[in-house]
Order: sequence, then structure tokens, then C-alpha cells
Amino acid sequence: MNSVNSAASGGSQPILEVRNIVKDFPGVRALDGVQLRLKSGEVCALLGENGAGKSTLVKILTGVYQPTEGEIVMDGRPLSLESAQDAWDHGITAIHQETIMFSELSVAENIFMGHHLTGKFSLVNWQGMYDETDKLLKRLGITDFDPQTPIKELSVAQKHLVEVAKALSHDARVLIMDEPTASLSQKEVDELFVIVRRLRDEGTAILFISHRFDDIFAISDSFVVFRDGAFVGDGLLKEAKEEDLIKMMAGREVKTSANTRTSVSDEVVLQVDDLCHATEFEHISFSLHRGEILGFYGLVGSGRSELMHAIFGLTAPLSGQMIFEGSVFTPKSPEDAITQGLVYVPEDRQHCGAILDMSIGDNITLPSLQSITGGLKLNWKKESSFARKYASKLKVKAHSLAQKVVELSGGNQQKVVIGKWLGTGPKVIILDEPTKGIDVGAKAMVHQFINELVESGLSVIIVSSELPEVLGLSDRIVVMREGLMRATLNAKETSQEEIVAFATGLK
Amino acid sequence: MEKNTATVIPNSLPVSFSDRFRSREALLLGLIAIVVVVNSLLSPYFLDVYNLLDSTQNISEKAMIVLTMTLVIISREIDISVASIIALSGVLMGAAAAHGADTWMILLVGLGTGTLAGLFNGLLVTQLELPSIIVTIGTMSLYRGIAFIILGDQAYTSFPASFEDIGQTYLVNGMIPTQLIAFVFFAIIFWIVLHKTIYGRRLYAIGNNPVGARYSGIRVNNYRLVLLTLNGVASAITAIFLVSRIATSRPNMAMGWELEVITIAILGGVSIFGGAGKITGVILAVLLIGLVQFGMQLINVPGVIMSIITGLLLIISLVLPIILSMFYKRRRA
Amino acid sequence: MVLPKNLLKSREGQLVLITIVFYVAVGIASPSFLSFESMDSIITDTAILMIMACAQMMVILTRGIDLTVAANIALSGMVSALIAMHLPGTPLILVMSAAVLTGLVLGMFNAVLIALLGIPSIVVSLGAMAIYRGMVFVLSGGQWVNSQEMPASFTSFPLARVFGISNLAVIGLIICVLAVLMMRYTRFGRELYAIGGNPDATSYVGINIKKRLFAVYTITGLLGGLCGYLWVARYAIAYTEIALNFELLTVASCVIGGVGIAGGTGTVLGAVLGALFLGVLQNALPVMGISPFWQMAVSGTAILVAVIVNSRGKRQKGLQILRVSQ
Repeated sequence: MNSVNSAASGGSQPILEVRNIVKDFPGVRALDGVQLRLKSGEVCALLGENGAGKSTLVKILTGVYQPTEGEIVMDGRPLSLESAQDAWDHGITAIHQETIMFSELSVAENIFMGHHLTGKFSLVNWQGMYDETDKLLKRLGITDFDPQTPIKELSVAQKHLVEVAKALSHDARVLIMDEPTASLSQKEVDELFVIVRRLRDEGTAILFISHRFDDIFAISDSFVVFRDGAFVGDGLLKEAKEEDLIKMMAGREVKTSANTRTSVSDEVVLQVDDLCHATEFEHISFSLHRGEILGFYGLVGSGRSELMHAIFGLTAPLSGQMIFEGSVFTPKSPEDAITQGLVYVPEDRQHCGAILDMSIGDNITLPSLQSITGGLKLNWKKESSFARKYASKLKVKAHSLAQKVVELSGGNQQKVVIGKWLGTGPKVIILDEPTKGIDVGAKAMVHQFINELVESGLSVIIVSSELPEVLGLSDRIVVMREGLMRATLNAKETSQEEIVAFATGLK
Repeated sequence: MEKNTATVIPNSLPVSFSDRFRSREALLLGLIAIVVVVNSLLSPYFLDVYNLLDSTQNISEKAMIVLTMTLVIISREIDISVASIIALSGVLMGAAAAHGADTWMILLVGLGTGTLAGLFNGLLVTQLELPSIIVTIGTMSLYRGIAFIILGDQAYTSFPASFEDIGQTYLVNGMIPTQLIAFVFFAIIFWIVLHKTIYGRRLYAIGNNPVGARYSGIRVNNYRLVLLTLNGVASAITAIFLVSRIATSRPNMAMGWELEVITIAILGGVSIFGGAGKITGVILAVLLIGLVQFGMQLINVPGVIMSIITGLLLIISLVLPIILSMFYKRRRA
Repeated sequence: MVLPKNLLKSREGQLVLITIVFYVAVGIASPSFLSFESMDSIITDTAILMIMACAQMMVILTRGIDLTVAANIALSGMVSALIAMHLPGTPLILVMSAAVLTGLVLGMFNAVLIALLGIPSIVVSLGAMAIYRGMVFVLSGGQWVNSQEMPASFTSFPLARVFGISNLAVIGLIICVLAVLMMRYTRFGRELYAIGGNPDATSYVGINIKKRLFAVYTITGLLGGLCGYLWVARYAIAYTEIALNFELLTVASCVIGGVGIAGGTGTVLGAVLGALFLGVLQNALPVMGISPFWQMAVSGTAILVAVIVNSRGKRQKGLQILRVSQ
């Protein structure tokens, strides 16, 4: 398992080889002698928890960073990649983790940014770029937008397709896909995979990075595992089992906790009746029981998050009513909702959930300051004991409460964010994509914690694009599509196929 | 197993002396010490308590806006219209006096103008969700423009004696100007609000991440509205002291003060990106600029030179830490 | 028929329309306003603002703001005036070069601090404008250089005419056309849009932000230097306070022209039209018999109206109201 050559048993020579790459940042060694081989016509999955060094390697391969030591060999010759242009010249392109887009600019210009076509007097040749883009879009079978469409008018999935087109514009011999499926729904993932397979069959070597094992097994031929910036092992995927891969990534066994509850109380905590919004959703009615986990599934853009925003008082619904704990609930602001015991943990933890540049302690106490201090005056002692209580309850790993949240790993940031909302003493907690982009270990811990919350009498609404997560945690699942509720399913009696069918409109 | 490994998280790690030494406050204290030494060498009149206290009159007026501006910048907003608010409320106070209003009425007009002008900024920023920098560039022209429409190139110069007393009185054996007392009073209040109350904590949260703050149940827009209004009120208070001291109000008064005010706040360590800054740093910056100004007066240097020095101080105070950290990095490597 | 409709949807189209309607309306009240001479004087009066609006547009596009443009004009203008006064024999081209060079150096000073050291542009320009303005005082000793002290060749150039159009207007129009072409048809221009739209993404497409920003502030300084000469020669006077608050007019032109203050949006044409609108407005006031003291309040109102209109236009209408189910 621990040799680079085991992956090479397929025969042909690799196009691209990474040899003992080391990358140092001030005070941190992000990569410590990693290795990797990519072959033509093969999809290789790169696995590792957050902080394993995957994205650093991607940036090195695309010329954004330069390695401290080691070499990149292409077709048997060592390469030096000083810029994105160097990487493109060698046929290496990437679809990056954060979609790297210029939303005000057109599809064509996004594709050609950094290598604009130029004509006379080296002026930009717009017609040429539109024509080229048109060809690329046709090649991908895209008809619902054209080269001159501004990126801001596209959906998340369409933006990913533009990224693919951009990669193709470089005659990619090596295509790196860094978490391309993180914010896509199953249907969109399937569509993306059709394209990926076509590219693979055309002879492109593909490096595929994802946290979603379903996707990894669906598309990849071989795998490489990194842990803490070091190479752990590689092999062929058909010979590997998910548990083994998780063990290699985490360096330990990770138990996944499933829903083991047998019954849910009949008491209704939150009742939503015919809630309508001007533009985002209509006719939403559901009830949430005490001690229940209610899952919300739907494609990105189905109105799930927008519905939660309305319930949390961030936006105002047009009509309909909510009853919370027996009385009419019309939150005018998040403050209203929080005081009454309903909280929302937003999807985007960097921009909405945490105040990154503030300390762990200040983050945890922020929504509860008034009740902790019992007045307007800050009380350092009470605050730190409060913060410590929730930080240790969620097993946050940090060197002190004064450490800034921005310095923590994704998983620990999410724990701080959950702790922050838990501190307000809620009765209902809405979790929007609570494990998005966090690694296997932290994910399992968050899942286990959600189950503990429910056992202690809280009610939870969980919004997730990850089917196994929704299915595994929820008691009931609401499926939304295009702003409407399409089905409410019992988690124990339904299947992934049925949920997808409702979410995509097949049913 | 799990229980044993979960050690208690400490509140904070000890702050090393060298970190403290490299703080903004230490830098300012160092600069102040240098200025004091240079000034006392340049002029024998510098180290005189009466002179020193008297010299605070000028800077204390501006410094009152520096305090509210500090809060505004910490909350990730900015207000360029303050000097225009001074001019507008100054001119309106002059107009009121010219129409025979008594001192109380004049004060009411001045404060009312400042409050409304600040409120108007605040409403544009919060209700229409416009960026404060552009809104206040617009109202900066508008407010001073209104003052020009009212008065053109004229000036009001007659005020009731009791009004003039406000800015011309020295308390405590005739040593301490009212301006200084007002500034110290407000400085203490704002220090308490920013560093000792939950409002201050929320302000930092808003400045660091307005969206996150809103999700955390903070009514971000209310804070913005109050702060921009407060900035208007502070400008009016400054206008009252200024107009009563010089017993004149004209539309072109306090030209360029907005830049000086913002410069002092940033010199004091307030981050232009919001979310960081301390009242103590800002007070030290006020003191530094005040001492430099006083020193320049003593050796009869024209006021324009002072603006060069203010600008240089601002840029040096920003460049120095960057150069130092480059130097440290190189030595470590 | 589609073209006019789309034209009016764009800020540029709206501005052209509003400016023409306003111009004609004022012209009906006082027909002399519509004459060629009046049009010529509007363009001549506004040329400097148009040039600096182009420069400010580049800066705002890349998420910055340059408040030093007015102080730069004052300082480079003073440098050229002093050279012209003390060395009257100096060829005009050298005097102009001295102003341009001064502006270039000032621009590079800003560029080092902003682009290379990463200090926010608003802070740098606040400090730098005070320094530059103060240096005008130091250089001139607080004295005015007035028209009698300047050689005739120095002061006559801006208003000299080629084909009936003043040199100032010609220079202004040429620079505006070049700026429009640069922002639309060169890689550099397009990369500035990328930097303003999503600076974090630029390293992934191999754009060197530092180099580009350095160029932006340097070009702005250079244009400021040129305008410094033009300003001082045009008005035949140089003193410490010339062009006071002019930097705000350049920002206002951009805002009125629809350049997004958050970066990444807007066109040079918009900024130029914004400047022209302000120019027409300022020239119309005296024609309409309104005291010049109204000028400031009117520009302030124009800025506020423009920024409100900008934000209304940007607001997304319904996001995805049940596209299929209806």
C-alpha cells in the first residue's frame, strides 16, 4: 500500500509526476515530500482531510505557489512553473475550490482572462474570443447561456461548467478538479461526470479532489492519500474500501453515528403554515416536533436557505404564519428569533457564521452577551467561563480562548460557530450545511453532537445537499424544488433515489 | 481516554514584553517623547503649564469629532462630511444670532443642525444601503454648499456675550480651557462605551464582519444610524466651541478638517477596514498632533507645514510596522 | 429599434440623454448657451476634469481611491509655473515635461505605498495629499505666481486653437479616447476589471496585481502632472490652494458615470460623461442667473442622486421566482 509503484501497475508511463515536493510557509510546513503520478486517460482521486495539503499541491501544480523543494516532471522532463501562464503552456489547468470567477465579466472573458486573444497592435480580439467560447460551449453541449452572458447571471452549476470550458480552452492534458462537487446537487454532479468521463476518454489525465466518497467511487480509477502534508499511500480504487481510505486519511478509526432514535415526541415546537415569499418560495407548511431532526433537501437554488432566512427573521415573508411554542411567531430581526429561542447556523461560516478576526471567546459570547453579563457592562470572568463551557462541550481544539477564529481549522471553526448559537439556549436550532467542507473526523463529531442535542430535547432542522447526511441524521425529510415543497418523507422508509427524484422533478 | 485528553483551554496566552513594546501605543508614546524633547529644546516657552494647557484649546475641538469618528471607522463606515457639518451648523448659529436668538436658542440650532445632518447621512447609509464614503462625499458638498447659499462670502460676527463665553472661558484658576474639559469628559465616556460595555464589543463585531454580526442578532443598521448621527452631533459641538471662541462663522470654516480628523484616528491605530482600534491609541494620537502643532506655533511655522507633518506622521506610522516586520522576517530566515 | 432601448438601459445612454435634455432646456431659456462658443467653452472648462475622471475611474475600478489628484495638480502646476517664471527662456515642452515628471514621481510615491506595501489607498492618499499640498506652500514660499510673471507662451498654449478647437479640449478628448480604447481593447485594461472584480482570483489566472496597481497609480500621477500644467496655464495663476477639493469632483464624475465604488464595474466613457454632465451643470448655473455659491450644493445633490440611482439599478429583481411552476 505504501509505494508509489502500486498505482503504476496499469502499465503506461505517467504524464505528470510529482516528486518529493516540500512547501514551507513562514512557520508552517504545508507539504512534506509528497508524491503523485497522473496517467493519460485516468482519473486519480486525491484524498485527505482539511490541512492535508491538497490545495497547496494544486496551487503548486498551477503555478500559483512555487515549491520549496522537490520537482515536477512532465513527460520525463522536469518543469518549473512560475505562473499560471507557465502551467497553461504545459497543458496543466485546474478547476479551483473557490470558483475563481469574475462575476461582472462575460463568460468568454472569464474563460480567456490571463490569456486574452489579441490581434492587430496586440489589441484584444473580442470576436475571436466569442467564437472560440462558442465552440467550447458547443463541445460541452451547453445551450442555456452564450459567450456574452455575464457570469453573475449563471447558477452555481453553470459556473462550474464555465470553469470546465476554461480548462478546455487550454487544451488540457492534465486537469485538476479541486472539490468540484462541493456545492452541486446530485443531478448536477451526474452531468459534470458525463463531461469528466468524456475528457478522460479523450486522454486527459484528471486529478480529482473531493470529500464526498460517493463521487470519488463513481468517477475515479486510482487514489492517493495525503495526511498532514505527507504522502500516506496510493492504489487502485476498485481494490479499496471506504473504511480503509478513511482510516488512511484520518490516521485512526472514525465511527459514523447514525440515527438510532425509535420515536419522536408528538409535541409540535414550530408550526409553519402556508409561508410565502415574494420571490424565493411559496406555500411552505410543515411542523417540527420536540426532539426531532427535520431534514431539508433540495438542489442549490431550491429556496431552502431562503426559507430558513425568513424563519430566522433575516427577510420578511409575504404571507403565512408561524407558531413557535404555542404562540404566533413573527421575528422582525435575528435578534427577535434568538431571544425567543430559535437560532440559525448559516451555511457560509467564513462570512456569516463566525467573526473570523475576533477571538474564540468573543465569538461564542457574542449573541448571548446581554444574558451573560446581565446588563450593559462587560464582565470578563463570566464571559470566559461561559465561553470555556461551550468550547469544551464541542471539543474545540485551540491553544487559548483568545485565539482568533481565523487561525482554526474549518472543523474547529464550525464547532465554535455551533457553540456560539448553542450558548443562546435555543429550543430550535437550524443548521444550514453544517458539515460543508469540513473533514471526515470533524464531520463525524458534528453528527454525533447533533444527535446529542436532540436527545437533550432540542429540535433541529438540518439543511444539507449531502444525501447520506440528510438520510442518516433526519427523522423526516422535506424535499424542495423551485421554491415549493415537493414531498415530506419518512427517513426510514425512503431511499436516495426517491429523494433525488422529488428534488429533480422526476416524480 | 477522550476525557483525559480534553484539557482545559486557557483564557489567553501570556503577552510577551516585546509584543507590547511593538504595539501602536508604544510607538505613539515614543513619538510623543521625542516631540516633547525637541520642542523643549526649540523653545523655552514650551514646558510651561499655562502655555501647554492653553495650547489644547485648538486640538480639543477637533478631537471631539475624532472620538466619534473612531467609533464610525471601527464599525467599517466613514464620514467625510464632518467639516461641512461644522460649517453648516456654524453658519446657521450665526444666522440665529443675527436674528436675535439668545444663547440657548443658538445652541439648540447648532445641535439640531448637526443631529439632522448626521441623521440624514445615517438614513441614506442604512435605509438605502449606500456606501458611506460616497454618501458623505455627496453630503460634504451639499452641507457646505447650503452654507454658501445662505451666506456666500460673508461672515456672521456678532454673538451674545454669554455664547462667546462657552469657547473663551478658562476654568480652575483660569488655566484649563472649556474645550479640554469637554474633550476629557467625552474621551472617558467613549472609552467606557467602547471597551467596557457590550455595545463596544458589538461594534468590533460589526466592523470585522457586518453580515456575521447581523446573523448574530445584532441590529447592525441601528448601530450605523446612531454612530453617523453621533458624528453629526459631535461636529455640532465642535462648531459651538469653534464659533464661540472666534466669534465668527463663515461657510469656508474648518476646511479640510475631515481629513485631519480621520488622519488622527488612523494614526491612533484605528483600522480603516474596521474592527480594530482603541480609544487610548486615539487619545495618544491627539496628544501627539497637539504637541507638534504647539511646537510649530512656538517657532512660528505656518500652519501648512503642520499639514505636511501630519501627513508624514500618518504615512510613517503605517510604513514603519511593515518595514520592521520585513526586517524581522529577514533576520529570522 | 432595439438599439435605442438598450442604449437607455445603460448608464452612458441615460447620461447622454439627461445631459442633452438639460443642455437644451437651459438653452431654450437662454439661447446663447446653445452656441458653438458656449459648447466650446464647456468642453474646454471640463477637459481637465474629464482627463482626471478617466484616471480616477481606473483607480476606483481596482477598488482604490486617489484623493491626491488635486494636490498633485497644485504641486506639478506650481513646479511648472516656477520654472516658467524663473527661467522664461525654457521651451514650453520642457516646462510641460517638468510638470508631467513631477506628477509621475508623486504617482510613483503613491504607487510604492499602495501597490507594493499594500497600505489602503484612502489612507495613503489622505496623508499624501496633505504632504503634496504643503510642498506647494514650501516651494512657493506661500507666494502666488500670477499671469504677469508667466511668459506668454506658457499661458497661451491651453487656449490656442487648432481647427477652431482649443488645445485643452483636444488634449482632453484625445486622452479620453485613448483611455476608452485602453480599458476595452488592451489586456492591461481588461485585467484591471479582473482585479477590481475579484482580486483574490487574479493569481489563478496569472495577473500580477502589484505591477498592475503600480501602473494605475503611476499613470494617474502622470496625468495629474499634465493637468497641473494645463490648470495653471489655463487660469494663468498658481498658488497653494488651486484645485482645492477637485479630487472630489473626479470621484463624483465616476459615481455619476456609474462606476461602482466596490470595484470591477463601470466604463471610462461613463466617467467622462459624468464629468461632462458636471461641466454642463456648472456652466449652466451662471447662464440661469443662479449665484455661483449654489454650485457646491448642486454638485453634492448630483452625487447623491447618482449614487441612489446606481444602487437602485443594481438591486436584483426577483431571484428565481418559481420559474417552472408558473
